[in-house]
Amino acid sequence: MQGRWPTVWLVVAAVMFAVAPLLIAQAPNEATMGLVAKIFYFHVPAWFAMFLAIFICGIASGIYLFREQASADRLAVSAAELAVLFGAMGLITGPLWARVSWGVWWEWDVRLTLALILEMIFIAYLLLRTYGGPGSEKLAAGLALFGVFNVPFVYISVNVWRTIHPETSVVPTLPPDMGLPFWWCVAAYLVLFMAMLNARQRLEDQRAALDELRLAYDEDA
Amino acid sequence: MAEFFRIAWLVMRKDIRVESRSREMLYTTTFFAVSSVLVFSFAFVRAGTPVEGAEAGIIWVALAYAGQLALGRAFERELHHDALRGLLLAPAERSAIFVGKLFGIILLMVVVEAVVVFFVVLFFDAPLFAYPFVFLGLLAAGTLGFAAVGALFAAMLTRTESRAVLLPVLLYPITVPVLIAGVNGTLSLIQADPNLDLARFWLALVVFFDAVFLTLALWTFEPLMTE
Repeated sequence: MQGRWPTVWLVVAAVMFAVAPLLIAQAPNEATMGLVAKIFYFHVPAWFAMFLAIFICGIASGIYLFREQASADRLAVSAAELAVLFGAMGLITGPLWARVSWGVWWEWDVRLTLALILEMIFIAYLLLRTYGGPGSEKLAAGLALFGVFNVPFVYISVNVWRTIHPETSVVPTLPPDMGLPFWWCVAAYLVLFMAMLNARQRLEDQRAALDELRLAYDEDA
Repeated sequence: MAEFFRIAWLVMRKDIRVESRSREMLYTTTFFAVSSVLVFSFAFVRAGTPVEGAEAGIIWVALAYAGQLALGRAFERELHHDALRGLLLAPAERSAIFVGKLFGIILLMVVVEAVVVFFVVLFFDAPLFAYPFVFLGLLAAGTLGFAAVGALFAAMLTRTESRAVLLPVLLYPITVPVLIAGVNGTLSLIQADPNLDLARFWLALVVFFDAVFLTLALWTFEPLMTE
């Protein structure tokens, strides 16, 4: 059964994503921005997924670093890849909206800059694992831990440096007819995230198991 | 605690002695820092006068680049004849070894900073010492934070391939707060209408960063350096 979980999550996510456009189409247009504001239903949930991925990666990295559990490292690398993936979705959908709404593709606003820096930290994490050679898992875990602790510092420093992004207080004050599709999309993204995390972690588990079998085989031979 | 600092002192003294025999890092890093100031002046001097506030950015970016060079070299040296392994096998607290290496690097960076600041004042006529304590505080705290994160990463990268390119890849995204605070803190001191409160805020932010990341580095050095 354990092997079927990714499939179950994926099917649920697919159904939720199929329904999402219908809900979004029904939601009223935002008063000043009109149709473009609807990108928000995909943009913000991507960030939710990215932050969840970073959080999971940070905790798993800490466990791996201090407890030396190999399974925690496999979870951490899976989450780090997803952090980069969902971060890229946010970084692509954000400028599309900004071009119409602010008239520029990019602004050095606090949330944009924080997102960019976190994306870079996790790309660095993947680069380290790819090109660092043997033993780089532990170093990557150290980097992830530093990255998570860095979040408040980057946020505060960029916030004082400059800010123009719409306030985060938008989300709790959404009218109900916009709130339902929004939270639906958040849930769909999180289910998709769980499906991918599950599948990715299973791949890592199986790779590790295969390595062990090879080692055992070589010893017998 | 006395033992901890004695070991840190011994490691630092060893590094100073090695450096004083060749003066390789001191000369190359200082020269590199000054030449990057020169390169920046091509970008930021228009019609004979520097772009307003460019000095702040020039100082901090030159320091970051020079620091990165020194960090890489400081640990590269330990690889000859497996010196790092010997150091780690010594019956001493590993965090003390880390602190010793860190202070060695900071000492080197302080010398480089003195030269860079001298040349920036000379080339750009920047009023860096209008508020000497806040400015020097920013420099000191920024150097500590940058070097603490950098020394940990450089130490752990000694075990990997392609460490020369991986050090900047890991170092800059993590030290972004130090660079933002350093540049903007310095800028608020040298602008036409100095904002001392803002500069103090940036100084406080860097000090806080130092406290968190120095603790984190001391805490993770042991597991990170265990193979």
